[in-house]
Amino acid sequence: MRDAARVRAAFAAEWIKIRTVRSTLWTLLLSLVVSVGLGILVGHSMSASFAGMDRERQENFDPVEAGFLGLTVGQIALVVFGVLQIGAEYTSGTIRGSLLAVPRRGVFYGAKVAATMLTALVFSLFTVYITFFAAQWALGPQGVSLGDPGVLRATLGAWAYLTLMCAFSIGVAAMLRSTALTLGIMIPLLFLNSQGLGNVPKIRTVAQFLPDQAGAVMMRVVTVDESFITHRDFGPGTALVILLAWTAAALVGGLMALRRRDP
Amino acid sequence: MSGVIEVRDLSKKYGTTTAVDRLSFTVRPGQVTGFLGPNGAGKSTTMRMMLDLDRPTTGHVLIDGERYRRLSDPLRRVGALLEARAVHGGRSVYDTLRWPARSNRIPEARVREVLELVGLAGVAHQRAKGLSLGMAQRLGIAAALLGDPPVLLFDEPVNGLDPEGILWIRNLMKDLAAEGRTVFVSSHLMSEMALTAEHLIVIGRGRLLADTTVAAFIEANSRSCVLIRTPEPDRMRAALAGVGVRVERAADGALEAYGTRAAAVGELAAAQGLTVHEVSTRQASLEEAFMRLTGEAAEHRAGGAR
Repeated sequence: MRDAARVRAAFAAEWIKIRTVRSTLWTLLLSLVVSVGLGILVGHSMSASFAGMDRERQENFDPVEAGFLGLTVGQIALVVFGVLQIGAEYTSGTIRGSLLAVPRRGVFYGAKVAATMLTALVFSLFTVYITFFAAQWALGPQGVSLGDPGVLRATLGAWAYLTLMCAFSIGVAAMLRSTALTLGIMIPLLFLNSQGLGNVPKIRTVAQFLPDQAGAVMMRVVTVDESFITHRDFGPGTALVILLAWTAAALVGGLMALRRRDP
Repeated sequence: MSGVIEVRDLSKKYGTTTAVDRLSFTVRPGQVTGFLGPNGAGKSTTMRMMLDLDRPTTGHVLIDGERYRRLSDPLRRVGALLEARAVHGGRSVYDTLRWPARSNRIPEARVREVLELVGLAGVAHQRAKGLSLGMAQRLGIAAALLGDPPVLLFDEPVNGLDPEGILWIRNLMKDLAAEGRTVFVSSHLMSEMALTAEHLIVIGRGRLLADTTVAAFIEANSRSCVLIRTPEPDRMRAALAGVGVRVERAADGALEAYGTRAAAVGELAAAQGLTVHEVSTRQASLEEAFMRLTGEAAEHRAGGAR
């Protein structure tokens, strides 16, 4: 099929683009270092303070979630990586060259999304498991192993979450066509919710369906009590569906923007 | 595969502004076709629509009967230089050409070949952001030539080039046309087009003003006059007026006589005993002809008057 060869060529070109800029190495390295580093720090501090916690907090303590706190910060750099794949095309003006080489918007966009997601998929696999083992080691007696109930599922959830957030950020960047604007929206979205909005009861009813909240549920093993502030109305399976819906919506929105607007 | 570009009824409106207004023309292979118009006339917008980057409000462009978007491996069919600065500064010169080559299944050896051709082989592994404007322009031309295409579009290619670079690109365009390719070059400088192009498409405010050969354009649009320098301009004017010749005063104080010949003016001066320092035939410059056509001449004159 000539079309298949064309799609493969477009994908190979996008893969060259990813490999030939330094920002790829820096953003991914930063993401890994922050995720693992914070994972170890949080693990140590939780391990040290566990004995002093009240019973409710001890019962609701989730070692996997605690170990992945670093990931929620480290994901920012991965999101930056995703946003840059589209944003840099617009800031540098290479978008026109890209569309001259691959004028079919769908093929160009599909190749870009695929190359970026594949990079994120492989990268996240390493980040998630290195972070997991490092953090669980730092948690000492409170740590868990992959074989414990729900743990493998939670780590797979984290892996899926990171990959999908990278894809989500490409879609948002394609709609907004600006690195700065996209990050200005994405970073507060990723931080404000988990740190604040998501835990305010009234706002939570709605805010819990935002992508990072769904991700948090996927990375957990302990089902927290309904009275506890981190309680959510859905489980990890539903969370994955919510996250997939967000990602699909962003990617479709990005494609529509690319098709409808002049570059 | 002949390389004919057909522009049919092409318009582009941005809100209430019309950038391109129902343009129709055909660009043929084997010659350099100049696309001439003042800045803001709609040249770049037209070229972007020819390449399916911008969506036309009306009309369409066909390249060998197909829309750009439908071409398979388009870089092998059409090469374009739009903005030379539109490269990712962090990527090397070599890698800047490597990804488009890969996307259109052009062998990687061709990257080195075109870099040699434009004289950038020595900086192939430098980052693109370190290039001077002239070098960036050469890189843009290398990108256009990457697929060895039969159709080439250059948007203001001499911008930012030094005299040596300008000469180089003029010869390159002529050579490409001599090889039978379609070469379509935009410029806001008539003098530049007179040196390179054989055919001209002239637009102003988005409308087609002329579609003709360069020779015919010059013939039709330039008017000659007799330039006279004399210490007695008032007597000279009176003498010329007496034989029904229209006289204008040039900016530097010389007189311009229209509808007569230098010999007749000389004989008239001798008969009247007038002192003259210079009597010569002057061909109005192409730039003037062009400005008159695009309606800018009036504004320039007004601005230049005391």
